[in-house]
Amino acid sequence: MKRLVKDESLCVGCHNCEEACAKAFTKTEDRSKACLRIEGMAKTNDVQMRVCTQCGICASVCNTGVIQQNKQGVYMINKKECVGCYMCVGFCPEQVMYYVDGRNEPGKCTACGICVKACPVGALSIQDV
Amino acid sequence: MIKMCDIRKYHDVDPAEIQRMKEAHVVLNHVDYKPQPIVKGYTDKILTIDVTDASVKIADIPAEVKEKFTGGKGYCLRYLWDATNANTRWDSPENEIVMSAGPIAGITQYAGTGKMLVCTISPMTDIPIDSNVGGFFGPYLKFSGFDAIELKGQAEEDVIIVIDGNKGTISVEKAPLEHMDAHLMGEELTAMYADNENDRKHVAVVCAGSAAEHCNISMLNFTFYDPNRGVVRLKQAGRGGIGRVFRHKKIKAVVCKYQGIKNDLNNVHDISIINKTGVKYHREMATQDPKQNNMRKIGTANTMKILNDYDILPTHNFKFGGTPNIAEMHPQVFIEKWLTQGAADGCWYGCSMACAKAADHFELLTGPYKGQKVVVDGPEYETAAGVGPNCGITDPQVILELNFYCDTYGLDTISWGTMCAFLMECYENGILNKERTGGLELNFGNAAAALELIHLTAKNEGFGKIAALGSHKQKELFIKNGWGDAAFLNDIAMEQKGLEYSEYGSKESLAQQGGYGLTNKGPQHDEAWLIFMDQVNNQIPTFDDKAEALYYYPRFRTWFGLVGLCKLPWNDVVPENNALTDEPAKVPEHVDNYLNLFYGVTGKKIDREELLVMSERVYNFQRIFNIRLGKGLRKHDAIPYRSMGPVTEEEYLSRQERYDGQLVTKVGFTKEQVAAMSLAEKMAETRKYREGEYEKLINAVYPKRGWTMNGVPTIEHLKKIGMDLPELIEIVEPLQNLEP
Repeated sequence: MKRLVKDESLCVGCHNCEEACAKAFTKTEDRSKACLRIEGMAKTNDVQMRVCTQCGICASVCNTGVIQQNKQGVYMINKKECVGCYMCVGFCPEQVMYYVDGRNEPGKCTACGICVKACPVGALSIQDV
Repeated sequence: MIKMCDIRKYHDVDPAEIQRMKEAHVVLNHVDYKPQPIVKGYTDKILTIDVTDASVKIADIPAEVKEKFTGGKGYCLRYLWDATNANTRWDSPENEIVMSAGPIAGITQYAGTGKMLVCTISPMTDIPIDSNVGGFFGPYLKFSGFDAIELKGQAEEDVIIVIDGNKGTISVEKAPLEHMDAHLMGEELTAMYADNENDRKHVAVVCAGSAAEHCNISMLNFTFYDPNRGVVRLKQAGRGGIGRVFRHKKIKAVVCKYQGIKNDLNNVHDISIINKTGVKYHREMATQDPKQNNMRKIGTANTMKILNDYDILPTHNFKFGGTPNIAEMHPQVFIEKWLTQGAADGCWYGCSMACAKAADHFELLTGPYKGQKVVVDGPEYETAAGVGPNCGITDPQVILELNFYCDTYGLDTISWGTMCAFLMECYENGILNKERTGGLELNFGNAAAALELIHLTAKNEGFGKIAALGSHKQKELFIKNGWGDAAFLNDIAMEQKGLEYSEYGSKESLAQQGGYGLTNKGPQHDEAWLIFMDQVNNQIPTFDDKAEALYYYPRFRTWFGLVGLCKLPWNDVVPENNALTDEPAKVPEHVDNYLNLFYGVTGKKIDREELLVMSERVYNFQRIFNIRLGKGLRKHDAIPYRSMGPVTEEEYLSRQERYDGQLVTKVGFTKEQVAAMSLAEKMAETRKYREGEYEKLINAVYPKRGWTMNGVPTIEHLKKIGMDLPELIEIVEPLQNLEP
């Protein structure tokens, strides 16, 4: 399964990853509209990273059945069929799915690697696990 | 444990058979129309179909109707009133089935937002019945351009009505070949009107079942297609015999098709507040449901054991409040053995409570579908308790089988369970015997007899013809035949206004006695479900608390039916800090969620009090509707003694310590006096006290509701709530000073 993998020990809390994700998919710099979360203070060495683990809970709560794994094992949303209920957003155990007012379908990590490229210290990687 | 990921595909319908059925249709009328866009939750259009001549009419809903009646049940009652008169009965051609979803219905971001309200003049009560139901039909009808639909008249041959909200077409068609039983007809019509398998989720069907041809306690099934299972599922507008009216009109089904569900089809005023409120609720469900009720794993049947522990679970026709065999039907048994886990079981999009559980590939052991493997929706608590312990049955497999057959035959599981329990008690008391039942040994716990009875009822054969009447008419028949003592029958037949009780033993909850008795449509748990807060959570301990609850909750709960919401997400799971709020029983944070949703959809800001007034208008309108049809006075709010206290010595002795103690603590006798009393004397004093308490309760509740002591809304009160409509004043004015 292809997925985003974190290494909290390397993270410096710069939030570049969040900004890159939000910018790529919502064209904003609003970090709450990113598919990963960086919390805590780098200075005090207690940064926490939350990333999508491709656990599939979003798919299991979806009663339209529009979140399905692709060949790489990544859970993808069928935007055409999605009804915009946001149950997946509420049930995501990592709370790394988001919605944007006025856009029907929620945002979910597709393991695209944009955040990986934005990270200056190599705290993120796309791996086959 | 059965997991969703292991569920294999269901057998599909035969396309050739569907084609043959479709070719047999004869179009009686076809109308093209331009679907009205929705603005802030409303289309402001009503569709009227008269099946007598297959005519179709589309009309505007006036602004004053919207202002006074809001939508949903309010619209249903308003239009039903206008179509009928004081002499209209269930089988009059002018009687209508009116359905309306309400302004909030159809949003997808919050739990329980797909409800449809259905009203008609009931064959059981002769007054309006309203029933709410999930499934896709309500939202699809609105997206197709209609806030409400009226079905009137009587066709000569079976017809179906087909509405296509994308194409803008309505057709009325003769439809002779589809099966009558709902699990088959639902699949057939879904396949018939879907372009392909993926399109099936865009088709919603309303139908009854084969028993609705002749059985008063028949309901309407509303389908929804479950894409995860690949099967059509059924939800029910269960109460009051609406299915009987539907089939009397020779309507076989109403189909509505709509493609393109998105979260802003209601063209809402403020989507931001709806999104925010919805996601907050979904998170709460994710974290709190596993700690509280496990609604997502078992649904409403999670309460079975709790109610048994609190002596509330109706057992043997409400004689007792629990069964020693409860372990057989413990929630964990359903979770481990019967109900598929890990399924997204909402009956409308976005329902994170997801209580619409199902047993998959359930093999039937009896009846016309014996040996077939089917999906069984439920059992919901009411069904499990009613067809189960109330009839002395605790085997989950039998309960599921009865659940399936009730649904597909179109029988209301609640009325069936309560009515069957009544017949069983009659049998055990010699009021019925094998000769009178045609050989059925209707003892409590005889599962084979219960199943045989349901099949006979569907076929309208043998003793099934008696079962088809419902408890009220059965009681009248038995008294007329000289079978049994009339007073005893009146005490044990758990019906009021002609409707069977739902499944809570209320002997130790005065609030729930009022919750059943002081209702508009008969004893159900829609208007005032107070048993949990009274007897389990002890949140309304004093007499005044109970009287106030009977003022507040019917108004609050009515509101759900005006706007298109399900009540379960309100208080079946509550916020983590709910117990710390001023009024935990009201779940204040969730009430505020609803105010946000109403504002978000309609743009109209209301506060908690205004919400209640919206309901109060419709509640009083319904009360006066009852009066117009000959009920709705104090005498009609009387309840059978079985719901208040022990009718038989067996019941008294089973809880003797409690009843003897109450003669001291509540009635005022000394222990010595009680010790010296005979059993008959103790039972008589207990009855006198409990009946007196119920009368006191009425005396306290009616003035709060703005009613006279005879239960008639006062003109002053109607003016206060803006419901001094001439047609209402005309009815209540002569009754203002009439003594009970």
